[in-house]
Amino acid sequence: MATLYIDNQPHEVNSGHNLLEACLSLGLDLPYFCWHPAMGSVGACRQCAIKVYKDENDKKGRLIMSCMEPVTNNQRISVADTEAKEFREEVIGWLMTNHPHDCAVCDEGGSCHLQDMTVMTGHAYRKFRYKKRTHTNQDLGPFINHEMNRCIQCYRCVRFYKDYAGGKDFDVFASRNKVYFGRQEDGVLESEFSGNLAEVCPTGVFTDKTLKQHYTRKWDLTMAPSICQHCSLGCNIIAGERYGSLRMIGNRYHGEVNGYFICDRGRFGYEFVNAPGRVRQPIMNGQVIGRKEVLQEINRLLKEAKVIGIGSPRASIQSNFALKALVGKNNFYHGVSESEHDMAELAIRILKEGPVRTPSLKEVESCDAVFILGEDLTNSSPMLALAVRQAARVQPMNEVAKANIPEWNDAAVREFVQDKNGPFFSATIHDTKLDELASEKYYAAPDDIARLGFAVAHRIDSAVPDVPNYPEELKQLADRIASGLLQSENPVVISGVSSESETVMRAAANVAWALHSKKKKAGLVLTMLECNSLGLAMMGGGKLDGAFNAVLNGHADTAIIMENDLYRHGSFATVDKFLKTCKQVIVLEHTPHATLKKAHVIIPAGTFAESDGMLINNEGRAQRFFQVYESTEVIQESWRWLLNMGINAGNEHMSQWKNFEDITKAIAQEEEFLKGVDTITPPSSFRVAGQRIPREPHRYSGRTAMNANINVSEPKPPEDPDSSLSYTMEGYRGLAPSSMIPFFWSPGWNSVQSVNKYQNEIGASLKGGDPGLRLIEPEPGAVANYFSTVPEVFQPIADHFWLVWTHHIFGSEELSKRSPSVAQRMPQHPYAMINPKDAEQQKVNEGDKISFEVEKHVYVLMVKLNNTIPSGVAALPYGLEGMPSTELPGWGILKR
Amino acid sequence: MFSIIRSMWLTFLHAFHKRETIQYPEQKVKLPARWRGRIVLTRDPDMGERCVGCYLCAAACPVDCISLQATEDENGRRYPEFFRINFSRCIFCGYCEEACPTYAIQLIPDFEMGEFDRQNLVYEKNDLLINGQGKYPGYNYYKVAGLAIGGKGKGEAENEEQPVDIKSLMP
Ligand code: SF4
Ligand code: SF4
Ligand code: SF4
Ligand code: SF4
Ligand code: FES
Repeated sequence: MATLYIDNQPHEVNSGHNLLEACLSLGLDLPYFCWHPAMGSVGACRQCAIKVYKDENDKKGRLIMSCMEPVTNNQRISVADTEAKEFREEVIGWLMTNHPHDCAVCDEGGSCHLQDMTVMTGHAYRKFRYKKRTHTNQDLGPFINHEMNRCIQCYRCVRFYKDYAGGKDFDVFASRNKVYFGRQEDGVLESEFSGNLAEVCPTGVFTDKTLKQHYTRKWDLTMAPSICQHCSLGCNIIAGERYGSLRMIGNRYHGEVNGYFICDRGRFGYEFVNAPGRVRQPIMNGQVIGRKEVLQEINRLLKEAKVIGIGSPRASIQSNFALKALVGKNNFYHGVSESEHDMAELAIRILKEGPVRTPSLKEVESCDAVFILGEDLTNSSPMLALAVRQAARVQPMNEVAKANIPEWNDAAVREFVQDKNGPFFSATIHDTKLDELASEKYYAAPDDIARLGFAVAHRIDSAVPDVPNYPEELKQLADRIASGLLQSENPVVISGVSSESETVMRAAANVAWALHSKKKKAGLVLTMLECNSLGLAMMGGGKLDGAFNAVLNGHADTAIIMENDLYRHGSFATVDKFLKTCKQVIVLEHTPHATLKKAHVIIPAGTFAESDGMLINNEGRAQRFFQVYESTEVIQESWRWLLNMGINAGNEHMSQWKNFEDITKAIAQEEEFLKGVDTITPPSSFRVAGQRIPREPHRYSGRTAMNANINVSEPKPPEDPDSSLSYTMEGYRGLAPSSMIPFFWSPGWNSVQSVNKYQNEIGASLKGGDPGLRLIEPEPGAVANYFSTVPEVFQPIADHFWLVWTHHIFGSEELSKRSPSVAQRMPQHPYAMINPKDAEQQKVNEGDKISFEVEKHVYVLMVKLNNTIPSGVAALPYGLEGMPSTELPGWGILKR
Repeated sequence: MFSIIRSMWLTFLHAFHKRETIQYPEQKVKLPARWRGRIVLTRDPDMGERCVGCYLCAAACPVDCISLQATEDENGRRYPEFFRINFSRCIFCGYCEEACPTYAIQLIPDFEMGEFDRQNLVYEKNDLLINGQGKYPGYNYYKVAGLAIGGKGKGEAENEEQPVDIKSLMP
């Protein structure tokens, strides 16, 4: 801490900050452009000028760029000084000399940092009388719109895209007032994080192209805090609606989870909500029926049936719990494959019973060594890939500190670090985008990856069994990895379910535990397949096979399947047989899929945007998402449908519940692993000064006209029985509790930059603490019970391929792939990735067809060659249309 | 006493003053050009729709009676997909006109909008859009904006240089 005199007032500030950060942390309004809280300063825009004084007698002072000067104790500065103010106004005047007269047609307008800063400095008229320089734009693909005329040369975009996120296809071109930010030629932006450009760029150069297709100003959106549903990391998002359709997803700052960024799957995957094929009406035997009727019919069906319920890893814990309560504990099954089920349970066991804690994304960023086993993070858990990118810089950054360069001085830091990376080891099935950071990489079949893990763990702690007959070169590799990890302070080991191999996960746990035994502050991250995989696993319930058997053996005849396409989790033949055997298949769903086609009764469930719920992310953090808008009367949360069914059926347990809160309380009481979930948001009775928190900004427009075409008398706005958010613009305007911030806004700060005002300190936690509750912590005194079974070395079989999944950020996840923009980025054909050596042996080439038989089904796939995939292994894209619906890994028999 | 007589006298004199009452509707009212009555959407000099769907009028409206949806044609020109004003709510304050950066929305001297059915006071774009420029002739927003639209490329707006050639080696 240091004392800083700002305009003669003493303030306590963080001495690690620069002056700009110190001022902003204190809540002062100081304009800036090029500094970014996650990326530091470069001093490019000259907007943040303030005065510094030698001592209290110095009346003149000198102008400096506040973002480039560290805080020193007893320093005297002035923000309000007239000269500094005039300077800032001039600077913005210069930045605007070439700015187009575009606000009316600019998507940034209303949430534009440049607008805000211009108003803040008071610049109003363009003094420059000459012509404006112009630029042509580029087509950057389905996600991002480019309007280069609006650029103010702050360099944030290129610093984010290239330096922070490791993108290769974006840069700054030309010189002086002609500088140009874009790609070397038109084309799709390759980075998985390109969407953040829309938020990082303080102007309307980069904007969300999907928003443009149904453009709405920020002030016109009905917004709610939500959680991304497209992978297991649980990034916090803001979702905005207008005229009954979901319009955009923005980042919602969370100090521990996603920070300032989200990935493109999360940002652009939302349009499945608006998809024309959505389930919007109850359907019974092909006939659309009403809400009351369908409930009556179901009540009749359930009375005479033996019912089982199949839950879902992408439905909230509330929905899964309600289903479990409706059908009874013993009739509730997880709708996931055997291996998914077992791996999720294994993960919980490892994280609870082992001594090593799972770090949050933020903590991963500061780990100084990384060991990845079997995960292609960029594709399976994108934001984790971004976090380990930062982790790779931690050790070189220690040198930076020694050289007396402050961490926030980004240009100097990057100059100093160059492309040095800390210890970064990656063992994956085939090449990944993170390989460029890796000091050691190893491509192998899952069992061999696990063997490497065991070998490394053994070298760290000899209590772990060694790998017998390990080849010399691999021994050396394991030595190097072990010594690299041992030289670090807080290494992180990352594994997960995408290789669908329990042995890999066990090996990862061994490595982390071994490091722990050597007094390292080790972390272990295990990623999951879906947004609530862990939550489902924590609730207990049978495996999917159990459900199949129950029906096939006649113990049950009716299945309620909730938000789940069984064909994604079980093998085609079994699922088919199961669905045929069921007398009644009742499906609650929002998005059409193969299982839905076999349903007798379809009930329209709400997507995340139309629902309240909670998810447990891979870290074991319970997080709440709020309903963004009330859908038509028929679409409802699955849990609400189930609740109604339960009440109709006279289920005593369920009859006590009325709303979201009651269910959540019941979960907290009855589910051993989910204690405390009822405390993560304030209750629905919560009010500030008697008021709710409004979902709409106070400038929300059109409410007396938008429905006037239907009826000139406005309807009463819906009331929210499940939370203390309101569906109107009226309510409390100050800071909302951190777990229920519907949007970031502060007077004079209309863009996302207003998040500064919501934080305890720049880049730190939100005021009131970062939301969510971590449910999994190692039990105190837990000791490492090393896994001791070393797997056998992988042996290829002639005319067979060991089939494994490979994940695609765009295409593998069930919901986001229905978003038209994401669909444009998916692989066009299902393929089989094999090694060229195997291809040569089989006499096939890239693009040829190859056929496999898996569980008596023949699949014809296109050959894709990859030099890194081990011989005898074929990787198939997970979740793509036309892919085998079967449990992998497994052997595929080659057909000629 | 005197004041009563005085008042009666003055009132009596009014009988000989010029009549202020107009025999409306037989006789029409003369309104100044800036009188704030019925709202129209105007066109620019080359008859394109002026409204660019910026939502500023809607945000400025104190009774929130304007609602629209912006969209764009295949050449990037923005316009409102629908534009609705609920005149049963409108207070004719003229804020929308003031907010409009394109002179699209204008209040004109016409108040004859009475209806028996309130529903008929809901005007859609069809009812609002006129075939003229209204009070501000000559202004064409797209001629001064940097956005390229059909018929106007980059560098072709007023006061613009030709687009930069970023591959040029000249300093
Ligand atoms: S970038 Fe901001 S200031 Fe510039 S045209 Fe867009 S909204 Fe206006
Ligand atoms: S494009 Fe945006 S982020 Fe990049 S330099 Fe220009 S204004 Fe800054
Ligand atoms: S898909 Fe995963 S990484 Fe991407 S935004 Fe969603 S939760 Fe975050
Ligand atoms: S302010 Fe003008 S240009 Fe903008 S939406 Fe309203 S009428 Fe259209
Ligand atoms: S923010 Fe300080 S120079 Fe740009």
